[in-house]
Amino acid sequence: MATHPPLCLDRLDVGDLRPVSLRVAAGEVLCLAGPSGAGKSRLLRAIADLEPHGGMVTLGELAQADLPGHAWRRRVMLVPAESQWWAERVGDHFPAGDVRGLSTLGLTPAVLDWPVGRLSSGEKQRLALLRALARGPSVLLLDEPTANLDDATTRGVEAWLMARIREGGWPVIWVAHDPAQIARVATRRGRLESGRLVEEAPATCK
Amino acid sequence: MQVIELAWWQLALAALMVVALAACTVAGRLGMGRTLLIAAGRTVIQLALVGLVLEVLFASARLHWVVLMAVAMLLIAGREVVARQKRRLLGGWAFGIGTLAMFLSSFTVAVLTLTVIIGPEPWYRPQYAIPLLGMMLGNTMTGVALALDRLTEGTWQQRAVIENRLMLGQTWREAIGDIRREAMRSGLMPVVNAMAAAGVVSLPGMMTGQILAGTAPALAVKYQILIMFTITLGTGFGTLVAVALASRRLFDDRERLRPDRLAAPRQ
Repeated sequence: MATHPPLCLDRLDVGDLRPVSLRVAAGEVLCLAGPSGAGKSRLLRAIADLEPHGGMVTLGELAQADLPGHAWRRRVMLVPAESQWWAERVGDHFPAGDVRGLSTLGLTPAVLDWPVGRLSSGEKQRLALLRALARGPSVLLLDEPTANLDDATTRGVEAWLMARIREGGWPVIWVAHDPAQIARVATRRGRLESGRLVEEAPATCK
Repeated sequence: MQVIELAWWQLALAALMVVALAACTVAGRLGMGRTLLIAAGRTVIQLALVGLVLEVLFASARLHWVVLMAVAMLLIAGREVVARQKRRLLGGWAFGIGTLAMFLSSFTVAVLTLTVIIGPEPWYRPQYAIPLLGMMLGNTMTGVALALDRLTEGTWQQRAVIENRLMLGQTWREAIGDIRREAMRSGLMPVVNAMAAAGVVSLPGMMTGQILAGTAPALAVKYQILIMFTITLGTGFGTLVAVALASRRLFDDRERLRPDRLAAPRQ
């Protein structure tokens, strides 16, 4: 198993949320829950440096400001709840080379030659995870990765993701709504409510 | 050959026909009557005024008056670029980028054409400089305005796509590449079309004017080709500069997309 440096947030300040400090170690899955509008997505966007914010985010010794924005985001990979597809063919959204895990996710390699319009929302969701992992990230930020999937597919994607996380050893922040899913995948749990993060087992970098 | 004198009452006949057209659109409830009449009125007033200004300018032919006229034309063109944007860049950037782009391209190409190619004596002779610059600015303005509008509107429509591309680790240039190409295309389309149709579908205005004024068609054609090329150069480089600067401005130093730098559309 590859080990990645831990992800640290030091008084990360975005939106109406009170500054957030936390540490996610390699292989840990921190599940974030909370009512919609609580700022979960914005928090993830700030960690990926897609939104102006205060405070520090570091990856081991590496701070956000040490890298250009795109290089940071290639490491700190955010997979949004709704994926976007801009090219004609599905395969154009993947880096060159073979794509692992298509069959485990119930997809055939032929899907890469499909026009994007042919994908169902569930297929898009699974392929969005695949194309993010294909870029070799160091951290995963997952925003409701199974939101558009039926129960059976959710379980399948979950199991596949957990296997990849165990193999890849990334620090993971996983935004989820379903308590049962959180119980299955989380190694730690946090909740965003009334403007602050409540963690059951807080860990900071200091 | 002498140009046939045109009296004001003869123009009034043409104006009457525009009024008739406006009346027809009103009768057909097509809602263009007012707009047509206002635009026609503007044409008369603006051209009459510019005729007076040009008479004075041609009589004095001093460099600083020519420069003043050129700067005034540039600033008005800059304002026009801003007015044609649905979602312009905030904080004076739309005006600044548009004006700078037109200045860099139109002025450089116009001065080069005057000094190196046409070579009137002195090089800023207003009979050559002002019409040349006017034609270039008019076309460059259209190109820059179309390209900027396409760029900002495309970015707004596709902000989710651009951000998703950024999330996957693309640079801002890659993430907005498709939209930049579209913007360049729409900026250059009018001049490309004009060049393709010149002489076959349409007789360009300047050439028509010169022929009406008694110039031999062969010479008028040469001037028209020269003007077509300078317009293409001005529009092309102006659009290039405007798209490069404006697309950079849509991202910040962390390569984040900043749609908050765009104004909300006007009603």
